[in-house]
Amino acid sequence: MADIMTPALGESVTEATVARWAKQAGEAVRKDEILVELETDKVSLEVAAPADGVLAEISAEEGATVEPGTVLGKITEGAAAAATPAPKAAEAPKPAPKAEPAPAPAKAAPAAAPVLAPSAQRIAAENRLDPAAIPGTGKDGRVTKGDALAALEARASAPAATPAPAAPREIHAREERVRMTRLRQTIARRLKEAQNSAAMLTTFNEVDMSAVMALRNEYKDVFEKRHGVKLGFMSFFVKAVVHALKQVPDVNAEIDGTDVIYKNHYDISVAVGTEKGLVTPVVRDADAMSLADIEKEIGALGRKARDGQLSMDDLQGGTFTISNGGIYGSLMSTPILNPPQSGILGMHKIQERPMAVGGQIVVRPMMYLALSYDHRIVDGKGAVTFLVHVKDAIEDPQRLLLDI
Amino acid sequence: MAQYDVVIIGGGPGGYNAAIRAGQLGLKAACVESRGTLGGTCLNVGCMPSKALLHASELFSAAGSEFATLGIEVAPKLNLPQMMKQKDDSVGQLTKGIEFLFKKNKVDWVKGHGRIAGAGKVEVTGADGQVTTLEAKNIVVATGSEPSSLPGVEVDQKRIVDSTGALALPEVPGHLVVIGAGIIGLELGSVWRRLGAKVTVVEYLDRITPGVDAEVAKAFQRALTKQGVEFKLGAKVTGAKASKKGVALTFEPVKGGDAETLEADYVLLAIGRRPFTNDLGLDTVGITPDKRGFIETDHWKTSAPGVWAIGDVTHGPMLAHKAEEEAVACIETLAGKAGHVNYGIIPGVIYTAPEVAWVGKTEEELKAEGRAYKVGKFPFIANSRAKINHETEGFAKVLADAATDEILGAHLIGPSVSEMIGEFCVAMEFRAASEDVARTCHPHPTRSEALRQAAMGVEGWTMQA
Repeated sequence: MADIMTPALGESVTEATVARWAKQAGEAVRKDEILVELETDKVSLEVAAPADGVLAEISAEEGATVEPGTVLGKITEGAAAAATPAPKAAEAPKPAPKAEPAPAPAKAAPAAAPVLAPSAQRIAAENRLDPAAIPGTGKDGRVTKGDALAALEARASAPAATPAPAAPREIHAREERVRMTRLRQTIARRLKEAQNSAAMLTTFNEVDMSAVMALRNEYKDVFEKRHGVKLGFMSFFVKAVVHALKQVPDVNAEIDGTDVIYKNHYDISVAVGTEKGLVTPVVRDADAMSLADIEKEIGALGRKARDGQLSMDDLQGGTFTISNGGIYGSLMSTPILNPPQSGILGMHKIQERPMAVGGQIVVRPMMYLALSYDHRIVDGKGAVTFLVHVKDAIEDPQRLLLDI
Repeated sequence: MAQYDVVIIGGGPGGYNAAIRAGQLGLKAACVESRGTLGGTCLNVGCMPSKALLHASELFSAAGSEFATLGIEVAPKLNLPQMMKQKDDSVGQLTKGIEFLFKKNKVDWVKGHGRIAGAGKVEVTGADGQVTTLEAKNIVVATGSEPSSLPGVEVDQKRIVDSTGALALPEVPGHLVVIGAGIIGLELGSVWRRLGAKVTVVEYLDRITPGVDAEVAKAFQRALTKQGVEFKLGAKVTGAKASKKGVALTFEPVKGGDAETLEADYVLLAIGRRPFTNDLGLDTVGITPDKRGFIETDHWKTSAPGVWAIGDVTHGPMLAHKAEEEAVACIETLAGKAGHVNYGIIPGVIYTAPEVAWVGKTEEELKAEGRAYKVGKFPFIANSRAKINHETEGFAKVLADAATDEILGAHLIGPSVSEMIGEFCVAMEFRAASEDVARTCHPHPTRSEALRQAAMGVEGWTMQA
């Protein structure tokens, strides 16, 4: 028997939800074949079969919460698939006596629905505590009265306590209730955290894309031939942002308690829309990258995101975020910060508009830019200066070359 | 040479349960027992025969007193040989039952005295003097305990007896003096008191049943005194002189003062038990028991590789169910599984009338720890079933953490509490709050309702008193 184990999930991620089993008990599996898909707060990841054989047992059903090391299921190695699913496992071999006691088996995955002691049920019901949100310390993770009282106390002492969710409302005939995925729950929670903690506001500007578009038109073929990647606008914006961050370091900093942490590295989170929701993989050390490198990196991260292949390392540690609502046609928006970052740039749709240039009305490809920032750390002057730097660099890309 | 995965020395509750569990797990197991029957002290000369006599003597006593109030008029006549025979019959059946379980689980019962003869070897000397050697990958020492001795009081099993002798007295003593107000002394003292003996209990400490919650012990002493048991507390026994007809027992106050002498027909020495490790060959594997004879273990593992020890020869309460718990955990551990014993939840019971049962911490222990706790109490006199049955003595007491309400201890004195303490063992194993018990439906009318009412009392909402 080979155990199918929950792999390490990345730093600071302690649990995952079993999203989907690709195989049923009794089916034959090949080594390295994808068996089960897990979802964490940030990524989905796939677990492959550790050996050839038959999936003998599924220990963590879909929806179960698992920790690294939790056994997800078992494979009978080398066995042939049974005609019927759920084959009777071969008789276990006689256990050999050992001098050394084996380590205690891995903690079983807690049941999907938490078990509450009668007293804990009363406390949860009377105080509208979410039973699923109370950590249980009792036998097999059961929630004791002490746990419920502690949860109540934690809520009372939390400064900005969120009101307990109301009891689920009834579903009508033409409605459908679907549980939020863990990713969606995390997105929801983090967006709200950002709004609750930062003094967030947005400043706008607009940028004439003529110069960048001309440059791109001129060199796109030779660029692609040389680098094997298309020259897009994102790389220009990443470069422009890095340039502007160097001028206004506050935007690249974060607040930690009563301190400010300035970062002398430029790791740009790039928002990517996927089927399941928005993720923000990080282009690391963007200041040291060429336009081609940036385009390649964004392309690779985007593919990983769409395939659900992003690792935790791909997602953590960004210092500033760029979000492009333009690809969906947005003309203007106010992005929400990606905590603990202090700034996020919103790119938008390029739209030809009549502009007054040198006393003449000319048609120019224009884009509105939005910078949402945390006013606790970035003041208005810094924010506006930052955005003007971005605008200048895009309107005159030679500035990037000269670093001015 | 016979080869085994595990050889267990001792066929008592620790040993026989270890053997059965080993058999269940597919280990080749042997249990060495020198007594002619399995079951150890508990089945042969301990828990079981004493319960047989406690039950019979309680009915005898009831027939002579309470029956009349129930409208049943009889004049009971004691047939002591028959009472002893039914006890022996029951014990015989129980020991045979273990033999059957051994066969069922393919455990070999090797008759004779087991002795470790170096690593991985156990020598068994049979009744005929023949020595066989067993080879064992693991050896489990489960040799139990024997009654402690007291200088100046020589047990002859005629006039001065230990618990074994007290279970088989040839007659009802005119006066039985019990040395030691512990569980064994009070149970056996109760037996003979009910059968007509005058019983005096002499105890060194100034309280009875040390380790039992003090409030319970006090109520228990009152109940026994009412039944005619006399207590001499704070009394140090200095000597016992046996003659053909009786014993002259002398003692003096621990605090100092004049010595007294009691004339007794029989003296029962019941001051406790000590580990039994005589001629066990522990030295051949380098194990030295501590000063009091206990074998030190770390999760039932001794200092010698492949040698394990469980039950009364190790530290902790000398109780059959503690040994049984360790037996299972020890065998599972040596088989590579995750054996576990929750030492905080080992219940204690005294099978007198009223019965006494407890689990967890006493009030004294909680006070010593400085732990904030709340108390809920309910008297059996307010319990309908107890009232109907004229068994109103005693109370239930529940102790719970002041902050989390987790049950920390339960202390019961009253009718059938031995059967009810398990409710609190389960509750505590699941780390239940007093409110959890209070909010659990209990059948009416039963004595168990008193437990629920006591649990309610922790948070001040006892409803029926």
